[in-house]
Amino acid sequence: MATTKRPTSPHLQIYKWGAHMVLSILHRASGVALGGGTLLLAWWLIALASGPDEYALFQTCMKSIPGKIVLMGFTLALMLHLCNGIRHLFWDMGKGLDVETTARTNIMVFLGTVILTAISWIIGYGLV
Amino acid sequence: MSLNTPIGKVRGLGSARNGTHHWWMQKIAAVALIPLTIWFVASVVQMTTADYFTVIAWLSSPISAILMLMYVVVGVYHLRLGLQAIVEDYIHSEGMKTGIQFSILFGCTIIAVAAIFSVLKIAL
Repeated sequence: MATTKRPTSPHLQIYKWGAHMVLSILHRASGVALGGGTLLLAWWLIALASGPDEYALFQTCMKSIPGKIVLMGFTLALMLHLCNGIRHLFWDMGKGLDVETTARTNIMVFLGTVILTAISWIIGYGLV
Repeated sequence: MSLNTPIGKVRGLGSARNGTHHWWMQKIAAVALIPLTIWFVASVVQMTTADYFTVIAWLSSPISAILMLMYVVVGVYHLRLGLQAIVEDYIHSEGMKTGIQFSILFGCTIIAVAAIFSVLKIAL
């Protein structure tokens, strides 16, 4: 690390937190969480390839309360990363970078995450 | 005013000597992952309460197996690029950085190989 006494620019704690900052760090956090989700996907596939007994163990784990919490986290992370990732692709094309549009897409990303997660769980577990 | 040397300017690869390759690959993988993720979620929600033989029958069909293989390969590639960028941003000690980058690459390779082998064993 540099040890010179140069003036430094204001850092994160100086600014008032906004939805765009929350989503920015949540995009990275959800990306890391999806690394754990990928492990879960690999476990699912390995359990399937190993036979009915191994798969029964996997199903028991996923039916438990901690298993359901992990699956809910996986779904939320996946949907957030998907919705915000699509927004990032628009930003990469130079579209929607102004403050008003960003404020609107913040809400769209939050709503999209919740709605897509809800739909997945309602279909997945027949919650209706 | 640019401080780039003329040859550096022509190559356009910058100080990391990779240019925009890493960023570009991350974006291409991201675009591919949009339809693949929609397919994955739409399929998996139908398998949550299904028994072993139903899931095996589903994953044994060539379309399911091919899409699952693509999801695993592109997803793990995207994951590796993303984790690599996070380490480059936040870890500054050279030894620690190298160690974690090795672990990420090894870990991602192990996950991908295990998942690919499993899908092939089920489908073939």
